[in-house]
Amino acid sequence: MTASDRPLLDVEGLTISYRVGKTWLPAVRDFRLQLGAGEIIGLVGESGCGKSTVALALMHYLAGNGRVESGGKLHFAGEDLLAKSNADMRRLWAKRIKFVPQNASAALNPSIRIGKQVMEVLKASDGIEGAAAYESMIDMFHHVNLVDPERVAERYPHELSGGMQQRVTIAMALISNPELLIMDEPTTGLDVTTEAVILELVRDLIAQRDTGVIYITHNLGVVAQLCQRVLVLYAGEIMEEADVQALFEEPHHPYTLGLIGSVPKPGESKHTVRLQSISGNPPSLRRLPGGCVFAERCPLVVDLCRSDKPPLESLPGDRLVRCHRWEDVDAVVQPPSKSLPIAMEGDLPTPLSEVAPLSNGLGRASPITLMRVTDLQKQFPVAPTAREALRRIKPTPIRAVDGVDLQLRAGQTLGLVGESGSGKTTLARVIIGLQERSGGKLELLGMDVRNSVRERSEDVLSKLQMIFQNPQNSLNPYLSVRQAIVRPLIKLRGMAPAAADAEALTLLERVNLRAEYADRYPDELSGGEKQRVAIARAFASEPDLIICDEPVSALDVSVQAAVLNLLAQLQEEHDSAYLFISHNLSVVGYLADAIAVMYLGQLVEVGEARELFQPPYHPYTEALVSALPVADPTHKTERILLSDNLPSAQNLPSGCRFHTRCPRKIGAVCETDAPPWREGEAGHRIRCHIPLDELEALQSDLVLAGGSD
Amino acid sequence: MAGFRINEQEPRREDTGGRDEGENRSCPQTYQGRGESRLMPSSQISRSLVNLIRTLLRQPQSAVGTALALFFFLLALFGTQLAPYPNPNDQSHDVRQSPTLDFAKLQLGEHPFGTDRLGRDVYSRVILGASSIFRIAGLGTLVSVILGSALGLFMGYQGGWVDEILGRVIDATLAIPALLLALVLVGIIRNLDFEAGSWQAGLADNVVLLVIAVLYIPIVARVARSSTLDIRTREFVAAAEIRGESQAYIIFREILPSVIPSLVVEASLRFSYAIFLVASLGFLGFGARPPSPDWGLMVNENRGGFYQLTPWALEFPALAIAVLVIAVNLMSDGIRRAVQKGV
Repeated sequence: MTASDRPLLDVEGLTISYRVGKTWLPAVRDFRLQLGAGEIIGLVGESGCGKSTVALALMHYLAGNGRVESGGKLHFAGEDLLAKSNADMRRLWAKRIKFVPQNASAALNPSIRIGKQVMEVLKASDGIEGAAAYESMIDMFHHVNLVDPERVAERYPHELSGGMQQRVTIAMALISNPELLIMDEPTTGLDVTTEAVILELVRDLIAQRDTGVIYITHNLGVVAQLCQRVLVLYAGEIMEEADVQALFEEPHHPYTLGLIGSVPKPGESKHTVRLQSISGNPPSLRRLPGGCVFAERCPLVVDLCRSDKPPLESLPGDRLVRCHRWEDVDAVVQPPSKSLPIAMEGDLPTPLSEVAPLSNGLGRASPITLMRVTDLQKQFPVAPTAREALRRIKPTPIRAVDGVDLQLRAGQTLGLVGESGSGKTTLARVIIGLQERSGGKLELLGMDVRNSVRERSEDVLSKLQMIFQNPQNSLNPYLSVRQAIVRPLIKLRGMAPAAADAEALTLLERVNLRAEYADRYPDELSGGEKQRVAIARAFASEPDLIICDEPVSALDVSVQAAVLNLLAQLQEEHDSAYLFISHNLSVVGYLADAIAVMYLGQLVEVGEARELFQPPYHPYTEALVSALPVADPTHKTERILLSDNLPSAQNLPSGCRFHTRCPRKIGAVCETDAPPWREGEAGHRIRCHIPLDELEALQSDLVLAGGSD
Repeated sequence: MAGFRINEQEPRREDTGGRDEGENRSCPQTYQGRGESRLMPSSQISRSLVNLIRTLLRQPQSAVGTALALFFFLLALFGTQLAPYPNPNDQSHDVRQSPTLDFAKLQLGEHPFGTDRLGRDVYSRVILGASSIFRIAGLGTLVSVILGSALGLFMGYQGGWVDEILGRVIDATLAIPALLLALVLVGIIRNLDFEAGSWQAGLADNVVLLVIAVLYIPIVARVARSSTLDIRTREFVAAAEIRGESQAYIIFREILPSVIPSLVVEASLRFSYAIFLVASLGFLGFGARPPSPDWGLMVNENRGGFYQLTPWALEFPALAIAVLVIAVNLMSDGIRRAVQKGV
């Protein structure tokens, strides 16, 4: 509580239930919150913990199958919202309480021009119409940094990029000068660069007004960078509440500790630390435990936790915690190591020794070049328009991958990063053979590899495997886990069915799944479990190279950590190489030995992971690195904000492709000449007109690599 | 993104959708049912089927529809045993007798639906007529679903110019009104002179069945194709391609199971249309020939001046057609709802 003496939002003892069949299940229990004007409170927790339910309940906008149980208190600016009728609430929603949804493209009406939609808000909130409304809308668009507001107003939602759409929803929310703003994961679907811009925007706009913000996210980095106070929600209960500094410095709840530990921090790599993960799943609402809801997943659990429900204790320093053993958490979290001396690892009870960092250093990756990609091209033809067809003009194809050279050593992890639309996934699909390349060469262990999977020999097929992004889609819902794993064993390793069956169980064990999982179907598995099965399936053919296309981006942080650990561990056991694609730099930084940065179909920087996170950077890498939301409130970097207009791959910029967005553009040369590759230390290469030493001098502040500590 | 999305039917999926889709909690309670699967290798599909039937019976409309359709199906199977006069052309009764059906006393009487102008028992003829309509409409639908879905799966998976050409052909066939095409086809085949007993003659006898298959193959193929287009972009298909699986394996093992739900919906819908088409063709005189107990034919034979004398000989077969079509429609609606809910 900061600003005023009367909180803007005062919530006490709020219990929210959903009707399932004939019973009401309490999804959120005993929720409390005090939000002052101008304050930003973060609400964090895994998916399914009730964050969005809280958001809807605070707006008094629950669906028909949800209700707020009596006895709770929900006061907004001194008024009792629970007593209000729908009509009263509608007036509040029109002006004083606003909501920014996660998915802006779904929130905007696709058939109404942006300008009209935004002005409708003004009409509803303040009765302003016509020229006055137009003016304040354009003014608001300037505030949210929308380039060319007049033209944006004329467009339909689908003509805007995701980042621009989210700016429009934020403009819509702020245009009525609301007192309370609830933001539900507004940046989750966006690129880091866009996310950084939006976060900056929210921070600025809130500072100018006295709006109280509840910011819901699962991303601790965002919380650390944006919020003043944090509420940690688990299974519908508040686990901990504290100021952001205090929470990150000294988490009192084991759950908070687990969440923080599961995010790789800059400088951490698989060689130095194992990530913590939180085993198990949140309890089902139908069978809530009598004691602490977190007991089943807690590394510090004692008998008391299972029998008695811990109260939400008030602690000095204006913080709250719901744990019997918070003092012990304090003890274990203190230096030297910020990690629990207790395995929070997945389903297997790993002894401490095995949680220790992996031993292999950088040198371990063998010098054998496993895969060499030379001048790889992939173009997608574009159907000619009627006019082009008549004039016999061939339309420019989309150049998704445009001359990429890569080398991968056996046992090495090569990280590939870039914004969405940079061609990462196309590159992966061309290498694996799902799409045919338009040009260039692909060699595996010195042998040419054919274009498409249909032409490749089983030997090549078995050496190359892939792990996909979305665990929901990567397993066939009609095949059991056993069937999914046995098939590649029979097909690519020529095993007899009985032997394959036995081997499948061994593989399941490798990915830390019990044998009984063999007979389950994908809909009986959680997201993390599905991804483990997908990993087991990829490893079944004993491949030399596994392409991992965003394998953890669809998972919760705690699960993400377990999967990353598993990937690191399997790599050590099998000595397989990874091409690891991700938009998340901290994940790539953790797992990769070398990193390649991709922009609009070309690589702009390649180097050892360590080299890549310290100057000199390519200006694009610099922007990516600076945009990274680091889960540490003390970490402050000067953010380099890029415009969120990624040029189209059909109409590529001349000269350096990055010049349209580059903050370090030096002049006309960037627009006319393609930049040269500049060689740095240890194979570090940057494609830029600016010499490396100049770049290094310009960027000396921005160091993320662990090299410095 | 809802914090708790709760699915009424399946409590284990109280999970969120959206991007940060994490660990879906799966309650152990659902695993208890899995115990038997180890003894009996029941597949995911048969499990879905059980769920489908359960969902069908839960809704009153679809339960009534399913029950009625099932009732007619039993008539079709055991017609000769159930009909009081198993020979539909038994003219031994007095002509033009009124129905003896008495709802109040729940008595059927001698001739529940009366007799027609030739002295045939209408009740028996209606019961015996069920089998031909089920045989022709059912088999016609089955053939069109099997061939149509194979075609659609192939087109959808193959894509490219193969899909383009076949797609245009299908569009062209769909542009022709169904009944018109049916009349033309039946007319042509009927007028051909085949040697009795030859396979062509056998074909000509089943011409309506054939016509149904030909008419519905393109429609089913379109549905199968569009579902396939959706499924083929799933990553498990890519995983199979990376394994070097054959096209047939990918189509039938990886894609087909996921397409089956929409095919089942389409099949049930096609079936209800087919029943109506068979009855229409019968009525127009292009289907079954007299004196077979075909419902459509019976309606036709007893209209005009005869309707004044024996209205029941027209009304009861007409009622049978109406009830069966509505019943199958209700059932098909229920199947669609159940599938959309995701069984």
